[in-house]
Amino acid sequence: MSATFDCVVVGAGPAGSAAALVLARAGKRVALVERGPFPGSKNMYGGVVYGRVLDTLVPGWEQEVPVQRWITRRATMVLTETQSLTVDFRSGAWARPPYNGCTTLRPDFDAWLAGKAEAAGAVLLCSTTVTGLRRDDTGRVTGVCTDRPGGELGAPVVIACDGVNSFLAKEAGLYQSFDPANFTLGAKEVIALPRDEIDRRFGLAGDEGADIEIVGATADVAGGGFVYTNADSVAIGVVLQLPGLARSGRRPEDLIAQLKAHPSIAPLVAGGDLKEYSAHLIPEGGYDAMPEIVTDGLMVAGDAAGLCLAAGIWLEGVNFAIGSGAAAGETAVEALRRGDASAKGLAGYRRRLESSFVLRDHRKLRRAPHFVLSERVQHRYPAVVCDLVEQLFTVENPAPKRGGLKAGWRALRAHDVPLRDVARDAWTALRTFG
Amino acid sequence: MTALSRAGAAVPDIAFEDRMATVEFRVAPDAHIVVDGDSCRGCTTRACVTACPANLFVPTSDGGILFNYEECFECGTCYMVCNTEGAITWRYPEGGHGVVFHRS
Repeated sequence: MSATFDCVVVGAGPAGSAAALVLARAGKRVALVERGPFPGSKNMYGGVVYGRVLDTLVPGWEQEVPVQRWITRRATMVLTETQSLTVDFRSGAWARPPYNGCTTLRPDFDAWLAGKAEAAGAVLLCSTTVTGLRRDDTGRVTGVCTDRPGGELGAPVVIACDGVNSFLAKEAGLYQSFDPANFTLGAKEVIALPRDEIDRRFGLAGDEGADIEIVGATADVAGGGFVYTNADSVAIGVVLQLPGLARSGRRPEDLIAQLKAHPSIAPLVAGGDLKEYSAHLIPEGGYDAMPEIVTDGLMVAGDAAGLCLAAGIWLEGVNFAIGSGAAAGETAVEALRRGDASAKGLAGYRRRLESSFVLRDHRKLRRAPHFVLSERVQHRYPAVVCDLVEQLFTVENPAPKRGGLKAGWRALRAHDVPLRDVARDAWTALRTFG
Repeated sequence: MTALSRAGAAVPDIAFEDRMATVEFRVAPDAHIVVDGDSCRGCTTRACVTACPANLFVPTSDGGILFNYEECFECGTCYMVCNTEGAITWRYPEGGHGVVFHRS
């Protein structure tokens, strides 16, 4: 016997819970299906939730979100083996409402948002793995099959928020191609340290937090590193582009150990006990790597739709999951009202995303993932920039100062970067981020 | 200076077993990943062996691959880096089982 709902949402991460919340509030019968024993139990991320997307969805969210620390310090760091250059920004405004970003543990955050959906009337079904789509003779999606006995869930609309591996989007044929180069592996250590020790090491007080993003931290694998503060733990990890990782023969935990051993990083994490090791894939291909997101009876949101923004200085995912999930929920409500959940009836989903930050940001930054993971940005410019700065600040009396242009020229030559490549990359950077 | 050391491996600050012991796994009775030994025998790249963050793929003396599913992060790296169609069959474990993150 199968249960019937107005909508089945697969995955109680931020996308799924936002979708279920919108549907439940509109009075729709919605099932929110989670394969883990609780929401967030399968999830891991690179550290910061930018919560303003919740302003309309959960007014007053900042009063109740299970925050670890509010990010008031955002640093971008460029590393070589022995050098580091950091752009270190702090803002007092980020320590007050409406805030900017916060660190939070995903089991806490995801369970909180799923709780909102439940309180609005959604039926949360944990420990339930969706094993496939249910379809009618015409191929239209009419629900899902689960691994519970007799566990078919019927619904005219299914929203797949089943994460980066989205078996549902693949089963529905929405991924035209699946290029491993569009995915990175994130591997992370959460290291316990006393709260006041974290405050001292990162120069923080009260609920203030730091987020440090790092280029040049991953040896010959394209990717990056990160360090951020929770209340009484520090998270440190690496993000590794899959084909480069496969070619390198390096192990993920070895690259984390190498980052932790860097003289600029070691003092931040020294002496703490490892509390949890974790790993997860990240869809970093951006706008051009997205699957189709609508078919008859089905919408795809969050990581399942490839909606992580990995654009160098901007690294965001949870906000895009919430934004896309809520838009899918609104579209489902509208489609149910009109009684048309065909691809045409659900076409408003794409339009909603195109007019919101979700696809406006992704479209604007569509060139960024490729540029940021390119060989020169990853492996040459970190060394060029560090060498340039080292020359500028090394006083070699009795020799006079060299001057910035000459130092830059020498640094470029030392790392085999022709000027025409710099010019080309500067133009690309302008077109990408301008 | 080159970008952060390309060759030298850093000294691990924690044994791999101790690292994995920080993670909760509610092991399912059935394996959710199946590795086709015949496909693996002809493989020269063996990307799964080094890329899997849980180090679950072990080469055997007869040229095959031994796979343990019990301590899997369910990340999907193995099938994505594998260049042999059908060598790794991957699905999610039974509901409520597998990795359970608490602090990530």
